[in-house]
Amino acid sequence: MAVVMHGVLLAATAAATATGHASLVDWGTFVVAAAIVLSGAIGVVVARNPVHSALMLVMTLFGIAVLFVLQRDDFLAAVQVIVYAGAIVVLFLFVIMFLGVDREENIAAEPLRGQRPLAVALVALGVTGLLLLGEVSKWTTGALSVAGSTDSSTSNVAQLGTSVYTTYLFPFEVTSALLVIAVVGAVALARRPPAVVTAPDLDLDDGLVDESAPATDDAHQEVTP
Amino acid sequence: MTGATSALNGNISGEWYLALAAVLFAIGAFGLLIRRNVLVMFMCVELMLNAANLTFVTFANMLHDIGGQVLVFFVLVVAAAEVVVGLGIVVAIFRRRANATADDFHLMKG
Amino acid sequence: MLHLTYLIILLPLVGIAVQVLFGRRLGDPAAGAVATVFVGASFIVSVGVFFNLLTVHGAVRSFTQNLWTWIPVGGMQIHAGLYVDPLSMTMVLFVTGISALIHLYSIGYMKGDRDYPKFFLYLNLFVASMLILVLGNNLLVTYVGWEGVGTCSYLLVAFWFTRETAAAAGKKAFIYNRIGDAGFIAAAFLTFDKVGSLDYSVIFANVGKIGTANITAICLLLMVGVAAKSAQIPLFPWLADAMEGPTPVSALIHAATMVTAGVYLLCRVNPLLHASPDAAWIVALIGAATAFVAATIACAQNDIKKVLAYSTVSQLGYMVLAIGAGAYEAAIFLMVAHAFFKGLLFLGSGSVIHGLHDEQDLKRMGNLRVYMPITFVTFGIGWLAIAGVPPLSGFWAKGDVLDNAWAAHPALWVVGIFTALLTAYYMSRLSGLAFFGQDRWKNKVAIDADADMPDAHHADGPIPEPHESKWVMTLPLIVLAVLAAAGGVMAFATPHLSLARWVDPVFSGSLYNDHETTSTIWKLSTLDAVVAVIGVFIGLRLWITRADRPKLEWAFLRHSWYFNEIFDAIIGRPGARLAEFSSTVIEDKVIDGAVDGTGALVRRTGMALRRVQTGYVRNYALWIVVGIVALFGFMLTRTWWA
Repeated sequence: MAVVMHGVLLAATAAATATGHASLVDWGTFVVAAAIVLSGAIGVVVARNPVHSALMLVMTLFGIAVLFVLQRDDFLAAVQVIVYAGAIVVLFLFVIMFLGVDREENIAAEPLRGQRPLAVALVALGVTGLLLLGEVSKWTTGALSVAGSTDSSTSNVAQLGTSVYTTYLFPFEVTSALLVIAVVGAVALARRPPAVVTAPDLDLDDGLVDESAPATDDAHQEVTP
Repeated sequence: MTGATSALNGNISGEWYLALAAVLFAIGAFGLLIRRNVLVMFMCVELMLNAANLTFVTFANMLHDIGGQVLVFFVLVVAAAEVVVGLGIVVAIFRRRANATADDFHLMKG
Repeated sequence: MLHLTYLIILLPLVGIAVQVLFGRRLGDPAAGAVATVFVGASFIVSVGVFFNLLTVHGAVRSFTQNLWTWIPVGGMQIHAGLYVDPLSMTMVLFVTGISALIHLYSIGYMKGDRDYPKFFLYLNLFVASMLILVLGNNLLVTYVGWEGVGTCSYLLVAFWFTRETAAAAGKKAFIYNRIGDAGFIAAAFLTFDKVGSLDYSVIFANVGKIGTANITAICLLLMVGVAAKSAQIPLFPWLADAMEGPTPVSALIHAATMVTAGVYLLCRVNPLLHASPDAAWIVALIGAATAFVAATIACAQNDIKKVLAYSTVSQLGYMVLAIGAGAYEAAIFLMVAHAFFKGLLFLGSGSVIHGLHDEQDLKRMGNLRVYMPITFVTFGIGWLAIAGVPPLSGFWAKGDVLDNAWAAHPALWVVGIFTALLTAYYMSRLSGLAFFGQDRWKNKVAIDADADMPDAHHADGPIPEPHESKWVMTLPLIVLAVLAAAGGVMAFATPHLSLARWVDPVFSGSLYNDHETTSTIWKLSTLDAVVAVIGVFIGLRLWITRADRPKLEWAFLRHSWYFNEIFDAIIGRPGARLAEFSSTVIEDKVIDGAVDGTGALVRRTGMALRRVQTGYVRNYALWIVVGIVALFGFMLTRTWWA
């Protein structure tokens, strides 16, 4: 039964692509993925618990990955899932747990005056403007491909690889340097400041120091977080 | 987008993807402006970045140019680096006060 | 030798450099001797150039030397050029010659002064400036010299600047001269606009093309300059006050050279005056009026130098009158003769002042002919020369002027002859009070001392017996006396000695004696001589016997027709009020208000704008979104209305 369904769907898709019209499967996939993306995004914004927000974010990222696949960009979809959903969100969760900022936030209150209405108005305006612009102006110039056409029969990975390692080699190297810098920066930011070392740690036994006196608190001091 | 002709985006014309990306971006921006929890604000930034990535890939297909996908590649890398450093800063600041929000830091008030 | 003309100017400039570098070290009297040597050398070079010029043939003997191109700006090419012709050579000779004599005189006169080297520095600077003025071949070079002599006049009049009256007099001289400079430079602008060049040769070639109205305007503007520099009505009051300077300064600058710069300028631009009879008439009227007014004022002055100052103004009036009447040669003759005898008179007065330990009040002098014989004899020659007694130079020169005045218009002659009578009278009054009569210097206090001259120099305490001056001072007196006496030979029409013949080619179409018969000239000359003798006689008769005649010394005259008071009321006080207004209202409220207001505005704007910086990241994010939305709006408008 599943095989039959699968076959019907494949046939339908083939027929549709052959004639150049969007197939039902494509549309369905798109609608579902879009729904996932949008609901995840709204979830990120409205969830009170930050852990919930993180999980909603994962949902969004998966939806985006599906959309990438729809556009025949498998490699990036995989990378998206692995890097974004797999690494970055995990990092978020680590920090949330580590710092204990998982306290729920009072969404209803808004200390800054006028922020909320203005935000709503502006975002609405922005989206409207953006969509209008999309309708009205020519956003694509139809320029010839610069870095290589996507039409070729080689796989997406091969195309990307060729492009990154030849045309865009320099940015690639710079980005790797950037990663190193980021790591160094993160380590520097996150480490605790060293303990303060004061002179009385040295033992100068010349009889002048009165060792019967109690040690002062200055001797051993640590910066408390 | 009257110039978009052949759509190889799974045979769905690119405009739909672009519209979706626009809305996603708007939601992310809205979230950034509304939420006070620093980490949630960060996540909204990630949403915006993803919207941009989607746009890039869409155009890569509309224009038959692999450059768009290469850009997404790099955006991903840089976003990762950015998150690392950003969270490092968050950790450094929030070490002292666990329940601080973005509104608690207004030392730069003119 | 002609190509060495620039040396004439360069030598005094080198003198200046020497004074600046070594003056203090040379001290008294070496600095003075060095300065005199440089000016003397300049005189010798001028003599050489003069003889060289004699060999040049042509309608107008001239030689132009362009030293370098000073201002090459598109259509305006101005050279640092020197122009040697009979007129400028005449001026150069007597400027350098008399300057050399006065330098020599100053060595003795300024002895003991604290700023001895500085005095000679200024004197050399003055000589250099005067020579630049006279030798310039275009209006701008002349203007450089013009300003230079004005500056030196200020520096030298206010030489003893610790005296408040001297400083004020220096300022007054400079300010009056500045007014004249404005007229001069306006004339230069107008000339350049109409003619396109400031070179004399170009201007004179184009006289016919620029229209009489323009020429009249240029002449009148130049006349403003001349009125200031040569102390004509109404810009003459500075000259009397300028007597605050040391006497050699008065002799050099305010008798012989600087004040003649205006006369020289008018002679130089004679083609312009010739083309504008209206301007020439105005010039003549100004000259006549000045001569008369100044002579009347001189009759009532008590300060010996002030009498001579107003006498200078009066004689300058004669020169300007001659120019206006078209008799340029007569004007130049009188200028040269005047340089001799007025210089002599000033130096003589200096000798008197020096001998009486800085006393200048005539009412406190008397009977000096016994104690200062050389001074008396030389001064006497000068006195009789200026009075117009034949056969001294003054008779011939003034006669020349009066003859031509008669030819121009009898009314001018009447004013002239009456003024001549007054001249003889007041000079004789001066001589009578100073050299004859009783030994009033033995009195403790002068008769009506300080009545109306609170600023005059007075000796401190009783005056010891006067003594004759040293040779450095009497030698120039003698030389000048000889020149003043014998200068009349220049009048005679022998080809080699006649000044008129020598200088005539420069003045085409001048009036000079053209219309008169010999008998008219004889009649007029006799009248001149008679008037002179009468004047001398009256003056001596009245003033040898008594020094105190208030009825003859009207206050109106003593206060120089109240010119100073009128100027103060019309210009001085309103000017002060305007300055006051500017300083309190405009400066404090408007300008400071605008400046401070701008600062306050900026501050207030800043205070208002700083409220944008709330410190909240979310607010900043909001502003970013605002920017993005604005960008979308802009792009939308572009596409819809593109």
